[in-house]
Amino acid sequence: MKGMTIIVKTISSWVKMLIFLFGLYIILFGDTSPGGGFAGGVILASAYVLLMLAFGGDFVKQNLSPSLTLKLVCAGMLAFAAIAVAGLFYGPDAFFWNFITQKWLAGEGSNLHFINAGIIPLAEVAIGLIVCAAIFLVIFTFSTFKFDVSDNQKE
Amino acid sequence: MAIFYILLLFILIAAIIAVETRNLLSAVICVGAIGFSGSLMFLFLRAPDIAMTQIVVEVLGLIILIRATISRDLTFISGDREFFGVVVSVVILFAIFLAGQTVLETLPDFGTPAFVAAAQNADLPAPAAQTYIAQGMQKTGAANLVSAVILDFRAYDTLGEATVLFTSIIGATVILRKKSRRLREETNA
Repeated sequence: MKGMTIIVKTISSWVKMLIFLFGLYIILFGDTSPGGGFAGGVILASAYVLLMLAFGGDFVKQNLSPSLTLKLVCAGMLAFAAIAVAGLFYGPDAFFWNFITQKWLAGEGSNLHFINAGIIPLAEVAIGLIVCAAIFLVIFTFSTFKFDVSDNQKE
Repeated sequence: MAIFYILLLFILIAAIIAVETRNLLSAVICVGAIGFSGSLMFLFLRAPDIAMTQIVVEVLGLIILIRATISRDLTFISGDREFFGVVVSVVILFAIFLAGQTVLETLPDFGTPAFVAAAQNADLPAPAAQTYIAQGMQKTGAANLVSAVILDFRAYDTLGEATVLFTSIIGATVILRKKSRRLREETNA
């Protein structure tokens, strides 16, 4: 797919960093304010989709190739599973046991701090990675894939 | 409560326009309007997390997905509806409406969570939601109780959701990759 006019390209090159920062904020502060990994991941993906619509598919393909995106999805999934299994090793036999808050920061859970939430910010980052890469990959593959509309109309 | 009826009326109008319009792009924008007013309803019910997810997925995700994937050949729907299909769908919708009316009479008032109604009944044991509200801050350290529930108390559920997303991505990339297209062209030629 081709890009758009120079107006859209200029504005989207200004706006892309703001959207990306907003997505990162939503992901990282998911444990103290509304938001979380899912919403922030979709916002990060929409920043890349904005670049794809404005500059064309080839520009995005050079910066974030589909194979790298697929690896990012797998990395996020592995990180999320590793957080889950780490609860088994560090404590009682409980999947997803919040070992950082319960064991290393015992008693400090009621203090409002980013670190005190333990595995929750880590899991937010992992889910944000999965959702961002996955949504972008779906939109990218669907938009570059050519449906055979002309063949169906001939028959 | 008046704001909810106004938003519900807006949702109904947008839904009717989305079904009746011939242009596919304006139908998608009407679906986005439905999602936007749903997000406003969640905001007035003091659920900012769900409102944020709703607006991000329903408005941004849906419209961007359709806008990015739509091809110019498919924007207009043609053809008339069959009389039999309309009759069957109206009968099914009426049956669902009758069943839904009897169910809705047993529900608590709009905006009142079912867990609160259960907690006020002294005969029943305390529901799990009250335990989460009372001890969630100490046990997880997260001030946002929604994050505490979906990533700590019910994190197994979130793992399942992430697995569903992961599997669908793998399936989509395997089916839509370029090599399969090349193979199919070779077999055609």
